[in-house]
Amino acid sequence: MNIAKERAGRRAVVGVALAVLLVVFILLSALLGQLPISPAEIVGSLLRGAGIPNDWAPEDPFVESTLWVIRFPRIVMAIVVGAALAAAGAVMQAIFGNPLAEPGVVGVSAGAALGAALAIALGLTMFGDYAIAVLAFGGGLLATLLVYFVSRANGRTEVVTLLLTGIAVNAFGGAGLAFVLFATSTANREQIVFWQLGSLNGTLWQEVAVVAVVAVVGVVVAVLLGHRYDLLALGERNARHLGLDVERLRLVSIVIVALLTGVGVAFVGIISFVGLVVPHIVRMILGPRHRALIATSAVGGAVLLLGADLLARTVVSGAELPIGMLTSLVGGPFFFFLLWRQRRRSGGWA
Amino acid sequence: MSDFPALEAVGVSVQLDGRIVLDDVTLDVRPGEALALVGPNGAGKSTLLSVLSGERRPDGGSVVLGGRDIHAYAPGELAQRRSVLTQENALSFPFRVIEVITMGRAPWTASADLAADSAIIASAAMRADVEHLANRRFTGLSGGERARVSLARVLAQDTPIVFLDEPTAALDLRHQEDVLRLARDLAAEGKAVVIVVHDLSLAGAVADRIALLSAGRLVAVGTPAEVLTPERVSEVYGLRVRVVEIDGRPHIVPVR
Repeated sequence: MNIAKERAGRRAVVGVALAVLLVVFILLSALLGQLPISPAEIVGSLLRGAGIPNDWAPEDPFVESTLWVIRFPRIVMAIVVGAALAAAGAVMQAIFGNPLAEPGVVGVSAGAALGAALAIALGLTMFGDYAIAVLAFGGGLLATLLVYFVSRANGRTEVVTLLLTGIAVNAFGGAGLAFVLFATSTANREQIVFWQLGSLNGTLWQEVAVVAVVAVVGVVVAVLLGHRYDLLALGERNARHLGLDVERLRLVSIVIVALLTGVGVAFVGIISFVGLVVPHIVRMILGPRHRALIATSAVGGAVLLLGADLLARTVVSGAELPIGMLTSLVGGPFFFFLLWRQRRRSGGWA
Repeated sequence: MSDFPALEAVGVSVQLDGRIVLDDVTLDVRPGEALALVGPNGAGKSTLLSVLSGERRPDGGSVVLGGRDIHAYAPGELAQRRSVLTQENALSFPFRVIEVITMGRAPWTASADLAADSAIIASAAMRADVEHLANRRFTGLSGGERARVSLARVLAQDTPIVFLDEPTAALDLRHQEDVLRLARDLAAEGKAVVIVVHDLSLAGAVADRIALLSAGRLVAVGTPAEVLTPERVSEVYGLRVRVVEIDGRPHIVPVR
């Protein structure tokens, strides 16, 4: 089949392009910053980290610690969070059979934000340093399940119901957040606001490890389920007639989405639209088959978030833009573009 | 044709919102036979089809497939035994036609080898007359083309029992005839074919047996000539009709 060949060719091109971009962004991210570090020092330091002594490795311990304590964990965090968010978006769209579904659009981020705000305002310490992360994760999970169960009727999920449920959950989360902001102290208020804007600043290796484990497991499971998501595109009845256990797939997928999104949001704050934009572009280039779509989206999400973080750190000298603001700034107009294109083609989704 | 049933519904009844949709229906489906379900709107044809295919659990009675209750099968097992052509031809994402047909092989991916798979897919595409559409996007097809691609997908599933819910509804005259011939061919190959049709003359042309439903009850089962008598059709449909025999098959003409 020539389509299969054409697709394989495209996959190869996209794969190579994304890999090159990823390496370039990684090097740039390690290179750029307040402390000037040369490319040779980065390569040397990495080689030494891998156990290969060499002449390029930096002498200055300050350079060494800047790389290993500040820049490298941040780079890895951007990669795993980006991959997790984009893969979660692709899965969400698959199970709702709708290219508009995105964790942020249906209120997951709002739930996570409310959870994080509560953790900050109440000064919770029951999970130690992870109180914010745990509550953000819990809030995200709760919101996902709420949207899922409310927007389904007779085993079907309709687009309008889905978006309206998302609006309702977003509104409720927003109101709860507003109340927490109103009731808490000025210092807490500031912390909540900055958490919400999203930032990869101050990433620790322990946090990276948690997110990386969840991201890898989640993405791998999602890719393995890819063929089943393909069947789901035929509609629930047809998928069931083809032997798919639709309910179980949905439930497993919802948990994957909540894990992937929740764990990312928990540590870096709210970063919207990655899950919407990346799978959409990948689908336009590679077609809708979910195995390739989810795997490629994960890499694309990593590239996008790393690029966005690079921009956030460097576009204004001496200051750092909130990365969540940056992705929404790009994602918002893109969302409009999707709506416009869909309307022009088939008069909208309703 | 075999007398041993492929599928058996015993005393099946279904209620929806307190209304009786199916009332004590007993019916068997035999290998090598095309069985048509006919009846006026709301008679319960589609409900009976969904009960027979294991999609809906009846409120009373049971459906037995190969000696076991149909609901005792895992979804994957059931999908290797029966396929269903529904009237739903929506697709969430723009897959290519060939990809959609290939999805019909899903129940077999663990066991089938690739070469046999692609032969089955190619033959399914040919029989549903959609070979020339293979590389088109499903979402860009006309209603009739979509219906035929869905049919090809069902053929690719290659099951001993095939359910067709109004397979001719969106089709032009030639493709209607093609589908009817295909249904007959499937039966001739030894498959059990259950087909819901509105047009009684079509039913008379395609079916070995006809099951006539009215208000949830099975009024008559038998050969087209036995079931489609002017008196019975007139009574069930509330319309006076004549039955004209052409080439040994009954055709229904309203008295105008």
